[in-house]
Amino acid sequence: MQQTATLDELQGHIVGLRDVFDVEHLVYHSVNSTGQQYAALTYSPDWVERYLEQDYARVDPVVQGCYRRFHPVDWRRLDWTGKASREFMGEARDAGVGDQGFSVPIRGPSGQFALFTVSDRRSDDQWETYTETHVRDLILAAHFVNQKALEIERGSDEAAFQKLSPREVDALTLLAMGYSRGQAAESLSISEHTLRVYIESARFKLGAMNTTHAVARGLTLGLLVV
Amino acid sequence: MLRYIYADELNRFPKLRDTMFADRAEQFRHRLNWKVAVDDAGHERDEYDAINPLYVIWQRADGGHGGSMRFLPTTGQTMVNDHFTDLTDGVSIRHPLVWECTRFCVGARAEPRVAAALMLGGLEVGLGFHLSDAVGVFDARMVRIYRRLGWEPTVLGASGAGRDAISVGLWAYHADLRPGLLRRAGVSAELSRLWFDRAFGAPQVLAAAV
Repeated sequence: MQQTATLDELQGHIVGLRDVFDVEHLVYHSVNSTGQQYAALTYSPDWVERYLEQDYARVDPVVQGCYRRFHPVDWRRLDWTGKASREFMGEARDAGVGDQGFSVPIRGPSGQFALFTVSDRRSDDQWETYTETHVRDLILAAHFVNQKALEIERGSDEAAFQKLSPREVDALTLLAMGYSRGQAAESLSISEHTLRVYIESARFKLGAMNTTHAVARGLTLGLLVV
Repeated sequence: MLRYIYADELNRFPKLRDTMFADRAEQFRHRLNWKVAVDDAGHERDEYDAINPLYVIWQRADGGHGGSMRFLPTTGQTMVNDHFTDLTDGVSIRHPLVWECTRFCVGARAEPRVAAALMLGGLEVGLGFHLSDAVGVFDARMVRIYRRLGWEPTVLGASGAGRDAISVGLWAYHADLRPGLLRRAGVSAELSRLWFDRAFGAPQVLAAAV
């Protein structure tokens, strides 16, 4: 995913992520501050066409429940009681979307907004178990995909890594040198709690899914010298 | 009771909204002497109130504001990253599982349990949305309150001295903080869940809904 260069490739990774997460469908949709939209998704082209043609965003409880929000939403917590919502859901189910879903609204830089959704046909009990296990990975993947999309839009990942402070570089460098978190925290005279948040924050800014990846990327970008 | 309200829904609760911004003016401008803007109506609002934050509010029986705090995701614009990186070793804290919590305000006439109830609301937000931490700005006076409530932040840095000190801190979310906060707030686990579900929707069986 790191090498994603074009939005077409992002579409390929959306399909890959769908398989990794073992769900029926995965959707990423972004609207930037100038109203430009971009979507990468696994729904059937027929359903996408039908959705746009009917302007279903008006009645879709997922869109209504996530727009201008930033907390992740399990579809079971949305209001599906209205007639239009119920009919919409019936049609979505026939189109293979599935009964269950989990959506992550993303508030990005400069008024950018994106929505990342997985949907599935698991039963309520299975879905409960599934989301309990995967929820944090889903939220992180949502933001990871969004960062990739923003990088593509900018045409560079430069802006992201310039924001690393010397302190974050130090923290990553110590980990790259094989220090434990405890040793790294002690060397920097900060608590392990603080170190954890600094490392996580740096990881996110580097668009890395884990610390090893962040260190690798930091080395590749010449940010870290070991 | 605890309310969880996005800024764009506040107009549905005019008394709660107006008394919240008035109490904030009272606390931050008049009691703490912070350089915050207060408008002609006597309300303290800033640029972060304008980007649709999520408020956790203790609503009094008369419908007015008892206390509140304000959440924003750190992937977007936040006060800590805009104004306080001198207190965080220059690190702008950005992470999907870390939200910023600011403007912790307790009304001058509030009962003692309101601070505990607000911290409980803050915990419910974190646990309900699977966050790892909250980051926030707070004044020296709050340190004692957080300690008494059993949920102390890890301080990243502080400026000023004594009563005028302002700190940036991190609160780690753990489910085992809940019983203590419920007890101190005098709220049952069921009621706390009900307040949360009322704001964000209770889980329904979808198959039966259609």
